[in-house]
Amino acid sequence: MHQPEAQPRASLYFAYRVHPVWLPPAHAPEEKVQVVVVGGGPIGLALALDLARYGVRCVLLEAERQVSEGSRAIVFTRRSMEILHQLGVADRVVAKGLPWRYGNSYYRGRRVFRMAAPHDADQRFLPMTNLQQPYLERYLADALAQSPNAELRWGNRVSAIAQDQDGVRLTVETPAGDYALGAQWVVAADGAHSTLRQLLGLKMEGTAYEGRFVIADIRVDLDLPTERLAFFDPPWNPGNTVLMHREPDGIWRVDYQLPPGETAEEALAPAALRSRIDAALALVGAAGRPWELDWCSVYSARAMTLPDYLHGRVAFVGDAAHLLPIFGVRGANTGFQDAHDLAWKLALKLRGCAGPGLLSSYSHERVAAAREIIDEAGKSTRFMTPPSPGYRLLRDAVLSLALSEEFVRPLLHWRTSRAHDYASSALNCAGDDDALFDAGPPHGAPCADLRLEQGGFLLDHLGPAFQLLHFGAGPAPEVLACIATFRRRGVPLRLLRVAMVEEAPGGAVEDGQILPDSEGRLHRHFGVTLAGAAYLLRPDQHVCARWLTLSADRLQLALDRALGHEPRSLEP
Amino acid sequence: MSTLSIPDLERIYDLLAEAVDAVPQAEVQRLLAKLALLAANEIGDVERFSGLLAAARRDL
Repeated sequence: MHQPEAQPRASLYFAYRVHPVWLPPAHAPEEKVQVVVVGGGPIGLALALDLARYGVRCVLLEAERQVSEGSRAIVFTRRSMEILHQLGVADRVVAKGLPWRYGNSYYRGRRVFRMAAPHDADQRFLPMTNLQQPYLERYLADALAQSPNAELRWGNRVSAIAQDQDGVRLTVETPAGDYALGAQWVVAADGAHSTLRQLLGLKMEGTAYEGRFVIADIRVDLDLPTERLAFFDPPWNPGNTVLMHREPDGIWRVDYQLPPGETAEEALAPAALRSRIDAALALVGAAGRPWELDWCSVYSARAMTLPDYLHGRVAFVGDAAHLLPIFGVRGANTGFQDAHDLAWKLALKLRGCAGPGLLSSYSHERVAAAREIIDEAGKSTRFMTPPSPGYRLLRDAVLSLALSEEFVRPLLHWRTSRAHDYASSALNCAGDDDALFDAGPPHGAPCADLRLEQGGFLLDHLGPAFQLLHFGAGPAPEVLACIATFRRRGVPLRLLRVAMVEEAPGGAVEDGQILPDSEGRLHRHFGVTLAGAAYLLRPDQHVCARWLTLSADRLQLALDRALGHEPRSLEP
Repeated sequence: MSTLSIPDLERIYDLLAEAVDAVPQAEVQRLLAKLALLAANEIGDVERFSGLLAAARRDL
């Protein structure tokens, strides 16, 4: 019998709400829904919201009756904010969160590196936004509660799974007993200790690093800007690294590595925690400042992924699919990109307009992204927690040199999560003009959210659909007919015309929205110099084709490809 | 590639030996690692550095 905690979790800043347990109606026939998402963390919630945008009927099962304990994922990247914007929660994140772009690395009391993440006035979101995970989960859950397509079932825990070619059957535990739930597809978003991964007997590949870290949230009054602080090799924790991040509500996150040989219990003992947090505060000139502990935990740095994110009718996202070192904010920010990649593919599969390669491209694209991240994270981890005497010697040599020598200082910065390019995706068009562009986002790159000269941003004009961005006076009638054909098949496809000069209304272009671009900023961003060029964006805003000149045949070829169909002849 | 004259080589020989003697024994490794990184930055070529490293490892 599953008995989720009924008392609200303790927190200095967040008022937890305990939701009623969802109980199945007595004697109801067994349900079969389109998609069951297992796990109500940020990634499961985001995926359910994303699916709901496409009209997919979705049930989300969350074992607990309240959102997560502790701040957990606290840094969200610009790309995550763009995804959250599409899910309708970015405004609340911006209102509560703390935006930032600078990171500082200190050694022996001196700042040896200052990282500035790129930002300009044409971008809506700053590179990073800090917010405690319980807030984000609440915003996502509130949005989901407004959706007619999705249902969030608190206090429902999956205990068994069976699947065949036609669907999946889950056994779900509640405090009132078990029930069976059928689904066409199941998404495992049940986190690092994924139950579904264990039930299916799946093994991750990769490395579990030696280093373990304490993460502690404290309430303390520090008059410091929202910037990341990293202290290498402080006297009280020789050889190790201490990180500090500012969070909303006067909370600070302190992360530090455990000395070798110390257990998690020893590290979290009140006296050990107190002396180290006092020492960390002394590093920022706040020795003796009073503070209160909100939450603390110990985590291990791991860099592992499932080799395939699709197992029959079960798809894996987020930490259920991969475990990534959190230096570089790679956990939730990678998971949001998983969800945003999977949502449209699953939705089009359910709608019957996906080719055989569409869903498998989710696994290919996101496993490749995870492997890239693991490779990059390995470099950061080898610097933060040197795995051998050689790496330790070089790290110490670099720290020492960094005090006087500019050229080694970039090594003190670690790469952070970024929006992935699906440059080798099977969904990218072959035979378009990608290679002929001198600028603009290439195949697989996400389209940036740019400020528009009429006000607002590009992303506000992109819906849950393929987007044909056409530059100039509008596409030819044959292209419009091609668009109409795909729409009749159920493919969501929208036309957006980018016009440098004001055109007379009406005519062949009444179909598409028009973005005025009299200053040519959009043209320059997309590397377009001549009228008639076009970009095809996938529903997740990644570029899958671009042309200097567009024809109906070329558009059809690109759309077929992007829908996962085998390349087929243009001849009837 | 230039080759050091014998007097210059002798001078560098002495400089290195004296630097190693001048720092605490525990810091010698770090001193030499720093020196290697500084020299690598002057060389500015991964292939050449890698060749020098291979030469240094020979006959230890």
